Amino acid sequence: MWNYLLKRVALALVILFGVSALIYLLSMLMPADYIDNQTAAAVQMGAMTLEDVQRLKELYGLADKSLPGIAKSYLSWLTSALSGDLGYSFLYGRPVSDVLSQYIWISFMIAFISYLLEIAIGIPMGIKASVNQYSAYDYTVSVFAMIGTALPSFFLSALLMNVFAIRLGILPLQGLTTATKVFPPNAHFQILLDKAWHLVLPITVLTLLGVGGLMKFTRTNMLEVLNSDYIRTARAKGLSENVVTYKHAFRNTLIPLVTSLSGMLPGLFGGAMITETVFAIPGIGYMALRATQQGDIPFIMGYNMFLAILTVLGMLISDIMYMVVDPRVKLS
Amino acid sequence: MIEKEKAAQQTTNSSNQEVKDGYEQHFKVISPGRMVAKRFFRSKLSIAGLYMIVFVFLFSFVGPLIVDATWGYEELEVFKIERIADMVSTADFKGPDGKTYTYYDKSQTLVYFKAPPSAEHWLGTDTSGFDILTRLMYGGRISLTISFIVIFLETIIGVILGGLAGYFGKWVDQLIMRIVDIFACLPGLPVLLVLSATISSIESIPAEHRIYYMMAFLTLMGWTGVARIVRGQILMLREQEYMLAAETTGISPMHKIFRHLVPNTMPQLIVSATLGLGGVILYESTLSYLGLGVPFPRAAWGSMIALADPSKGQEILANYPNMWVPAGVLIVVTVLGFSFIGDGLRDAFDPRMKR
Repeated sequence: MWNYLLKRVALALVILFGVSALIYLLSMLMPADYIDNQTAAAVQMGAMTLEDVQRLKELYGLADKSLPGIAKSYLSWLTSALSGDLGYSFLYGRPVSDVLSQYIWISFMIAFISYLLEIAIGIPMGIKASVNQYSAYDYTVSVFAMIGTALPSFFLSALLMNVFAIRLGILPLQGLTTATKVFPPNAHFQILLDKAWHLVLPITVLTLLGVGGLMKFTRTNMLEVLNSDYIRTARAKGLSENVVTYKHAFRNTLIPLVTSLSGMLPGLFGGAMITETVFAIPGIGYMALRATQQGDIPFIMGYNMFLAILTVLGMLISDIMYMVVDPRVKLS
Repeated sequence: MIEKEKAAQQTTNSSNQEVKDGYEQHFKVISPGRMVAKRFFRSKLSIAGLYMIVFVFLFSFVGPLIVDATWGYEELEVFKIERIADMVSTADFKGPDGKTYTYYDKSQTLVYFKAPPSAEHWLGTDTSGFDILTRLMYGGRISLTISFIVIFLETIIGVILGGLAGYFGKWVDQLIMRIVDIFACLPGLPVLLVLSATISSIESIPAEHRIYYMMAFLTLMGWTGVARIVRGQILMLREQEYMLAAETTGISPMHKIFRHLVPNTMPQLIVSATLGLGGVILYESTLSYLGLGVPFPRAAWGSMIALADPSKGQEILANYPNMWVPAGVLIVVTVLGFSFIGDGLRDAFDPRMKR
């Protein structure tokens, strides 16, 4: 088993190396970088010359865009990244790792709450649908689940904003805090409540988008188990339908469920780019979208590598969990 | 019933005429293709999906022709429809007598754009005076065309690389699958954003051509799924006896891979391609929503919804649902249609997998 894990970790490192090289190459190929964006107006007005711009670019390591030049700056990025230094974000003027560690938490909060809601809603619905296969309940739930996966997040957000924030006016439209309200400095509870109030709609959007997939996944795996022989035996013994469903069938369905749900955990830190942007929630996804639009290469690199690490971590965790929950599995 | 059909089929295939005549009185012989079709059409959801996709196709490809024939205009025709709009603003203030008064300021302006739905313009006109219904049609053309081309390219690349990896194994497999791993680990949306931003800032690329680059990028991000499916299937198939027979005939490896192995992966490929179409449409509309898709005067569903972005003002989000709701509904209908058909096909190809 340890050999297997070591092999997986080694593979993960190879993948991460490949991903970092690819992303670096791509982001260096962006012709309009941060310096161009920032200095365009000054150059137009004659306040800066093109030589000044060039000097700035050299300072930021953006001057040499030939392939060897990119390779050289990639190597220097890689060595400092390995020692934990992701460089300075041009746009935010702070170390990339600082920005990341500050903004991932709000993203994680939103994602984690909707993850819990998805589990609480999706799994029971999936079980019920699979037990009553082809019933009206099954069809309704399945169709709604698929609508959830077919909805673009920005459209669902716009719909909910229109209804709840504008028509009914019961929930705030955008942002994380009410700008017009002034709180006394030690009113932590009220501030927290105000923030929670602003997060209701984003969390609803993420939950509605994700719950369908989980429900369908539960239903599929549940049906597979329900069709196996030992379930027929359990029924033949005269066990009640509840015992058969929850004690015999669902426990085996838990294997794929735990595997995939635990694999999703790291991804919760990655942020929801579109949803956060639509609701103007200052999470990591929102910051990353802004940085990408401005050509902030150190931040783009740091964020994308962070996402890649989360993906690889998720795969490793679900591999390990697969062994943990299913004693029959011996990986080699 | 399926069992009976299968039994009948097997017997007729393997036995002589006499037995066949005997069976034919009781059983109908159905080809595997017909059986798949029969199972597909038995499911209500797949038929619903089929209707939805046919509707979207007619709407986007035949619709513009009808508009052109009846009203004689196209996507970029600007309509200036005069109407008088009331602008009312209110403010509260405290009078010198201590009471609170509300102050109304009402003015009237002449508005040419953003016409409400009417007999000539069923969904009204948008902020630039374009007819919304017509733009929905042209936006549909873009989405559908992109999704089909991208899925086609993904399938070709995936089949070739997955086929090679699965058949040759060893270092070829190692090399190709590591590349697959790397591409599968790329964060999809952020990388697409970087790529699209790159393309839109290169001035030598005309704006109309951006869409081709976008297709290439979407393909680049999506081919790994197909490669994994094909490789997995071929690993299983190449151990089967008919492949031993193919081996003994001494045909070339390419022939074995692409004539004998790949056709057997078709069912899985068709299913994954159908399910993938919806995903491409969602990606494309997200890019258009962020302004990185099809450039402005051209219509795309995503950019039509972007009009309702509250960061640019709440006016359209609040008062003009006719501008953005239909585009969103069309996206949902299309993606839903493709996933209904995909699910139906999966069940039809493999009745044991019925889910």
